[in-house]
Amino acid sequence: MTPLLEVSNLVTEFGGGKDRPGLRAVNGVSFTVERGKVLGLVGESGSGKSVTGFSIMRLLEKPGRIAGGQVLFDGEDIAGYSDDEMRQLRGRRIAMVFQDPMTTLNPVLTIGTQMIEAVQAHDPVSKDAARQRARDALGLVGIPSPEERLSAYPHQFSGGMRQRVAIAIALLHKPDLIIADEPTTALDVTIQSQIISEFQRLTEEANTAVIWITHDLAIVSRLADEIAVMYAGRLVETGPVGQVLTDPRHPYTAGLIASVPSQNRRGEPLRQIRGMTPAIDRLPKGCSFRARCDRATNGCLRLPDLAPEGARSFRCFHPVMNESAS
Amino acid sequence: MVTSIIRRLMQALFVILAMTVIVFIGVSVIGNPVDILINPDANQAERARVIAHYGLDQPLWKQYLLFLQGLLRGDFGDSFVYGRPALGLILERLPATLELAITALVIALVFGLPLGLYAGLYPGRISSRIIMSGSVLGFSLPTFWVGLMLVMVFSVELGWLPTNGRGPTLALFGVEWSFLTWEGMRHLILPAFNLALFKTSLILRLVRAGVQEVLPQDYVKFARAKGLRESRIIAVHVLKNLMIPVVTIIGLEFGSLIAFSVVTESIFAWPGMGKLIIDSINLLDRPVIVAYLMMMVLLFVVLNFIIDVCYTILDPRIRLDAKA
Repeated sequence: MTPLLEVSNLVTEFGGGKDRPGLRAVNGVSFTVERGKVLGLVGESGSGKSVTGFSIMRLLEKPGRIAGGQVLFDGEDIAGYSDDEMRQLRGRRIAMVFQDPMTTLNPVLTIGTQMIEAVQAHDPVSKDAARQRARDALGLVGIPSPEERLSAYPHQFSGGMRQRVAIAIALLHKPDLIIADEPTTALDVTIQSQIISEFQRLTEEANTAVIWITHDLAIVSRLADEIAVMYAGRLVETGPVGQVLTDPRHPYTAGLIASVPSQNRRGEPLRQIRGMTPAIDRLPKGCSFRARCDRATNGCLRLPDLAPEGARSFRCFHPVMNESAS
Repeated sequence: MVTSIIRRLMQALFVILAMTVIVFIGVSVIGNPVDILINPDANQAERARVIAHYGLDQPLWKQYLLFLQGLLRGDFGDSFVYGRPALGLILERLPATLELAITALVIALVFGLPLGLYAGLYPGRISSRIIMSGSVLGFSLPTFWVGLMLVMVFSVELGWLPTNGRGPTLALFGVEWSFLTWEGMRHLILPAFNLALFKTSLILRLVRAGVQEVLPQDYVKFARAKGLRESRIIAVHVLKNLMIPVVTIIGLEFGSLIAFSVVTESIFAWPGMGKLIIDSINLLDRPVIVAYLMMMVLLFVVLNFIIDVCYTILDPRIRLDAKA
């Protein structure tokens, strides 16, 4: 069976033109998502993980553009879709939930209007029928008295409630894939946990595949089946979540895991990866992580390939092998 | 809603009262109308009689109270020049000015809104740049010069349109309007375009700025992620958000269209209030000036009130007593 989504060698550039290369925010990224499975796309700010999500949706802000690669969705290359074909796909078969629930809903339109238009964008149903579906969807994500809430405006909801509304909108057409771009990052920890559980329940029930973009490894370990770690626009390690998180190969993955506060002993200073993510217009030659890596040698001046090892693959000449993260 | 409306009304009353003081003092300290009203050859007794007739011998505070009293009855006194009630004179001229201002506003909206939207949605296109450069011209060319040029080109050279007056009018609701007759319409075109030029540029630039502010917002991206058609995103999501500042400006600018149409009315000899006030200032016709100023205060207060109400319709966050 073909995988639901197959991204191969995706390149997204900002600026640039026909002969002049732009800034590569996403540089040759490949991964697959199986039906009903959850992929955790992990990386620091600026690693290109959100841009990857928007590239799949073809919702890049100008001057961003897809400069290369293939996005196969259900066996079809959607990179070649016309704008209208793409529009028909968005919201119906691929939905998206954004990071900041305070800004994703239009402040001057009621929740009802924003949900009804989402229903009617893809299904030619009456306004009443659309309203009915919107109300049911709100009930499904745990919003009390959904009928009344349909006529409320976004500012009358809390952040957590707004994110529930956004999730309800994403689920309206029972999509095959939801791209969740850090949907819980802006929320309180308690609300975060609730929303993750409900999201997990709803997507499992509907057998919806999910790309969960985050920098929070705890969420990934809880939700995801597969993990893909991005660094400076490239994938550095992919594989089943259990394997990668317990036994990372790439020093960057190891560093990320070591930086999770619960991994530290009380009284010790918190661990961190030294240095900062390089700016994409000033990437070092060879392995981008070289300057921050303790294991780097002169050999790292060449770019390592993404080398497979069983179900996983990683991009490093000096992988971490069965030792505690250093 | 009701309490906030009552509060606004109280504020409005206070503003009007404050303005009566300012207007009264301002007008009372400039010049002495007696000098113009009375023949220099008149004797002392004649002088005293006229001064007493207009109440100018009373102390200032008493004159002010009398003025307020008259105001409540809509009586601003008789014009020194025409010898008729000042308010009546102004109300007579009001329809002409109103007609001109409304036409200009409609023109400004019909051109400014779509051109601004276009320039905002496609900022890179050459046509957008031409529109924006054009709006700079519309912004900076002085009204009187544009008016004269319009007359030169369309009336003198081409002979297409008449240069002055309202042309024949037709009565509707007991008021005479030019736009109801073909000839009156032709008279209206040039002054209305002259007056609209600046406002068109203003609305155009405002709409463009609004589009560029709203387009990158997350909720527009989210609307796209829902798979909405681009036309709905622009017409509903973008337009409703950018109308908030536009409505404010339209309201205020409509006031200024009426209040400051003086230049255009003078050039095209349009018999509106603007021309009346200029003549009255030159002749120190105090009752007319005062009545005009008070009308303008009332106009701006009413317009602001309407803008406030429009706000609450457009932006739910401003509905003060909305249920949480």
